[in-house]
Amino acid sequence: MRRTVFPHKVLPWLLLAPQLAITLVFFYWPAAQAFRQSVLREDPFGLSSTFVGLANFRKVLSDPNYLNSVQVTVVFSLLVAFFAMSIALFLAVQAEKIIRGKGFYRTLMIWPYAVAPAIAGMLWLFMFNPSFGSLAWPLRQLGINWNPLLDGEQAMALVVAAATWKQISYNFLFFVAGLQAIPKSLLEAAAIDGASRRHAFWTIVFPLLAPTTFFLLVVNTVYALFDTFGIIHAVTGGGPGKATETLVYKVYNDGFVNLIMGDSAAQSVILMVIVITLTAFQFRFIEKRVHYG
Amino acid sequence: MAHFWMILGVIIVAFPVYYVFIASTHSVQTILRPPLPLLPGPEAAANYGGAFSGEIDRIGGVSLWRLLGNTTLIAVGIALGKIAISMASAYAIVFFRFPFRMACFWLIFITLMLPVEVRIQPTYKVMVDLGLIDTYAGLILPLIASATATLLFRQFFMTIPDELLEAARVDGAGPWRFFKDILWPLSLTNVAAIFVIQFIYGWTQYLWPLLVTNSNEMNTIVIALKKMISFADADTPWNLVMVTSVLAILPPILVVVVMQRWFVKGLVETEK
Repeated sequence: MRRTVFPHKVLPWLLLAPQLAITLVFFYWPAAQAFRQSVLREDPFGLSSTFVGLANFRKVLSDPNYLNSVQVTVVFSLLVAFFAMSIALFLAVQAEKIIRGKGFYRTLMIWPYAVAPAIAGMLWLFMFNPSFGSLAWPLRQLGINWNPLLDGEQAMALVVAAATWKQISYNFLFFVAGLQAIPKSLLEAAAIDGASRRHAFWTIVFPLLAPTTFFLLVVNTVYALFDTFGIIHAVTGGGPGKATETLVYKVYNDGFVNLIMGDSAAQSVILMVIVITLTAFQFRFIEKRVHYG
Repeated sequence: MAHFWMILGVIIVAFPVYYVFIASTHSVQTILRPPLPLLPGPEAAANYGGAFSGEIDRIGGVSLWRLLGNTTLIAVGIALGKIAISMASAYAIVFFRFPFRMACFWLIFITLMLPVEVRIQPTYKVMVDLGLIDTYAGLILPLIASATATLLFRQFFMTIPDELLEAARVDGAGPWRFFKDILWPLSLTNVAAIFVIQFIYGWTQYLWPLLVTNSNEMNTIVIALKKMISFADADTPWNLVMVTSVLAILPPILVVVVMQRWFVKGLVETEK
């Protein structure tokens, strides 16, 4: 707690005013509206609305399309988090072994962080475009019937690859920082005791990285849930069929393209609950980490 | 061996960017006949020259200069706006005592849990009601409220020793003098880090510009690119699409690479 402060009473409010105003107008008000709409149903002309309680939620949760999109989201997020984290960890471990030229590799590794998710998706679409993608061409030569615009599983593979690619740099930077924080003396002790490198990694390094890994798991899940909207929108548009329609894409589609307000609002509220749970999880864990130093 | 894996990793990571760069230097005919050569082609000058002198207008209805200008304005506006308002509010919360101080902090903090994606439709309605559709204010303002930047500045301000503030007060410095002469110079590294992170954030926005812009004139380069490929048919000028992709990717990459030192430190510290 700070002992010395300025005595002004009005000035702090003036300083806070811009942020509070923007927060209230663009965050709290719309969020409250989402809650309100989620318990209302509008007539087809949008002229009046009636209170329907939890009917919108019941409708959404029993809609096979929604359940499909839950499944798509879970598969997509698990794949992206798993690949983005394991590839990044592997590369971070390799980078730690290198004595000279570490900075050079890091510079080349951080590029994708700066690429917009939608563009990451387009880059992968260019490479794997069935008609002229240079990497689709060898797949065809191998006799694979490659067409992500028609085949749901291939479309999923393509968006997972683009989303993973974009997230590797971020995870890499955090794993490198995490690895640097591990005392070298521990590894030297293990080496003296005759532990193999692989053994030392799984019994010493990996457990000590757990805080970083856990933090990244939450961040990657949030990323896969929300930030990948651009990839899906630019590459597959949720298709083919509904094979890549994630929850966020569906909220957008129902609210903007199909204009089903009540359903869209109920979906927004469900998403809010997911984010709140994830964030709470993340901060509980950060508290713990601070505690253990 | 480590070098081998790193080189492989770098190739995978850099290849998509390299690929689109190579494609941007070839003619449409070469691009459409896979596999693409692995070296730059002879059409670079023609493609880039054409893209900047009116060929993008022809397919996208808006010039490449305008797209780059819009995107830069939005990215810089978001970055500077965030720094300004979050520094101000962190300053108020740390260096003053007033009723509801912590309530204000929590009010800002909780916005972390309300990303645009979960409140798309009602936020859009607010924008329509305020007449902010197709305006720069509409593209920038809602995105500059940031809990992360406020948290970072608050954390940093709390590490400033009490003695520093005491000494400044004894010398008769008011809040503005203290900020300008002592706090701001000490914050520069953090400001640089947040600038990079938020510039990237602004440049790569997608859902928001998609919602609040209708006119081509207000497009960001990312949205324009998406529009160019969604009308994809036999005559899509893929060479121009590739040029636009390169130009959409290059500025933020340059910012990250040039300001790497602050960026990496800021990223790892802000989020932890």
